[in-house]
Amino acid sequence: MGNWFTENGPLLGLALLDGIASAALIFMVAVGLNLVFGVLRVLNVAHGSLFAIGAYAAASVGFFAASAGLPAWASLPALLFAAMLVGLVLGPLIERLLLRRIYDEEPVLQLLVTFALFMILEDAQKLVWGVQPVSFSTPVSLMGTVDVPFGTDVIPYNTYQVILLPAVAVVTLVGLAIFLRRTLTGRVILAVTMDREAATAMGIDARKVFLLTFTFGAMLAALGGALSTPTSSLVPGIGASTIVLSFAVVATAGLGQIEGAALTALMIGIGRSIAVTFYPELEVVVPYIIMVAVLLVRPQGLFGVVETRRV
Amino acid sequence: MPLPFQLTRRTALAAGFGSVLLPASLSAQAPVQRPSELKIGVTTFLSGPASVFGVPGRNAAEMLAEEINREGGIGGVPVRLFFVDEAPGIDHLVGEFRRLVQNERVDVMFASISSGSCLACTPLGEELRKVTVLWDCGTQRIFEERRYQYAFRTQANATPEILAPLLYLMKTKPDFRTVAVLNQDYAWGRDSWEIWKTAMDALKPGTRVVAELFPRFGATDFSAEVTRLLALRPDVILSTSWGGELDTFIRQAAERRLFERSTFVLPLAESSLERVGRSLPAGHIVGSRGDHWHQHPRPANPQALQRFVENYRRRADAYPIYPTYHMAQAFSALRAAHAKAMQANGGNWPSDAQLAAAFPGLEFDSPTSRMRIREDGQGLEPQLIGTTVHTDRFPFAVMDKMVIFPPDLVTTPAGQNSVAWLRTLTPDMVNRVPDPISAAG
Repeated sequence: MGNWFTENGPLLGLALLDGIASAALIFMVAVGLNLVFGVLRVLNVAHGSLFAIGAYAAASVGFFAASAGLPAWASLPALLFAAMLVGLVLGPLIERLLLRRIYDEEPVLQLLVTFALFMILEDAQKLVWGVQPVSFSTPVSLMGTVDVPFGTDVIPYNTYQVILLPAVAVVTLVGLAIFLRRTLTGRVILAVTMDREAATAMGIDARKVFLLTFTFGAMLAALGGALSTPTSSLVPGIGASTIVLSFAVVATAGLGQIEGAALTALMIGIGRSIAVTFYPELEVVVPYIIMVAVLLVRPQGLFGVVETRRV
Repeated sequence: MPLPFQLTRRTALAAGFGSVLLPASLSAQAPVQRPSELKIGVTTFLSGPASVFGVPGRNAAEMLAEEINREGGIGGVPVRLFFVDEAPGIDHLVGEFRRLVQNERVDVMFASISSGSCLACTPLGEELRKVTVLWDCGTQRIFEERRYQYAFRTQANATPEILAPLLYLMKTKPDFRTVAVLNQDYAWGRDSWEIWKTAMDALKPGTRVVAELFPRFGATDFSAEVTRLLALRPDVILSTSWGGELDTFIRQAAERRLFERSTFVLPLAESSLERVGRSLPAGHIVGSRGDHWHQHPRPANPQALQRFVENYRRRADAYPIYPTYHMAQAFSALRAAHAKAMQANGGNWPSDAQLAAAFPGLEFDSPTSRMRIREDGQGLEPQLIGTTVHTDRFPFAVMDKMVIFPPDLVTTPAGQNSVAWLRTLTPDMVNRVPDPISAAG
């Protein structure tokens, strides 16, 4: 075993770096899904569409900024702007027109409605952006690469992926934790999460909380998409693949658990990159192996608690 | 006085069955009436990741149908297209195929992009006795595992499409010792690697495979794979990936300077060249699933190629990519087969069986060359492979040092299994590879 680590230590280090970069994006998407489920108790399948639309919108805003003659660094705030725009427009629209009508319905019906919305948004996305791959990589080119030593060699990494993305994920995690635990609005959200009836009885307007939370969740999904744009080509179907992985993270973390989502995203990201490095044939199944392993030991998820909130 | 004919229960039944069966048996021999329109069912990807090929295929089909109708149709009959989306899956596709043939009464089916779709549709077309033109799918198994009377492929298959880039690599960069592969994890990714590996073991024994990476189909990030390849420094990296995944892989590899460490062989990258722009550096090997290339150095009919390229660009605001040429080949073959079948039928409209009989041995024009359909139904299509170069004329990499492989060199002989045939190849095969042609001609 010692020999293995001596021989493969440098490779393991590279895999950890890749895993952290990958986990940052996984976390950004999954945390929004987890937050929405924690408060609204609706498993939103259309979260993947919000990710995809955020990604496409970021590319469009980025192209617009470039065509308007703005400097290359403007592509970075353009990503953020696109995500906010998508979240602020689509979030309230979906919550008000659709979700509000199904909060008291059976979970199966809620799933079907959000799945239908997912299909509609997928088609809308194709109508707007077409089916040809769309790429906008200015932020990655702008930030260049950092060389990581590897024996006598060096391995170039994108600064955007190994520094900016993890930094954004950490800021999001810390910001969310502070927001939820240290601010009045955050505490109101937590109160509704813990016990909707009691919170309502104490005068909290649960409907406003739902609207706020869903809009925030939509912005996080769109931000995840926008941050993925510079590193990948956008094609029809990216929403579907994202939502499947996000479900795995949410189930493993425990529904409604933000820190759990961060830890799970890290486990899945690093697990996948270690698999690519040493056992490539396992890469596809690693997230689900982790999910099954965790759920066998803790059916409520890593950070979940046994349901005691509802009577 | 006995009645000349006594109507018993038995004769009444016989007369009844006869009245039902006789017209059908007569119609099999009677000349087929010229229809008011020639209905063509086209299965293609209209949604999902493979729509990057399916939608250009549909665009080309619509463009070609309009052109044909402006010229008076096929055999004087205008064509009408019915599209089916392959994306919902095989069950849906097979149901739609059957519906088009039995309810819509289409005259010909064009199927499909996915090899899985073709493997499902071809036996069904045979069962329904409907001419099925395999217009784009790559699996070599179709005509190697079974004989068909109604199915014909108007392009090559996976074997020449993978063997040609390998031979090109051996001719242009013969000193490679190590190879890594990064393919999508589904049938095409796995099958194309098997073809490459089998041929490489026969043509260049001793070449070491240092990594076999098969990221999941639909992956949007290849960072970990790029890291692994950067660390391994293989002489050659093969990827038969396509669409958004190939675009992403090329961009991520370019940003992290992987192209400086290894020679890439990308047999499907012609379809990505315009999209990835100058991200794809010079000096890497690119294929096009045939000899399609808008800058083909020696097209059989330069005016026809130019007209096709310009018409498509006007319609789709992009250069045509290989599925559009494959669609043109399907239409061209259908026109030629119809003309041949009508001639053989005394100028009358052919039946399904007469039309099918016209395909074996059929010769027809593609936008770039003259093609032939073999007796087993397999199309013989040249393969154009080149090396990327940057010029001032295009804002993306184009091909230089192009080799046009004759189909007889790289296609599995009729009646043989591809993998078994590839095992019989010998290193001296590379001596039969034609010399490269420069982009300047």
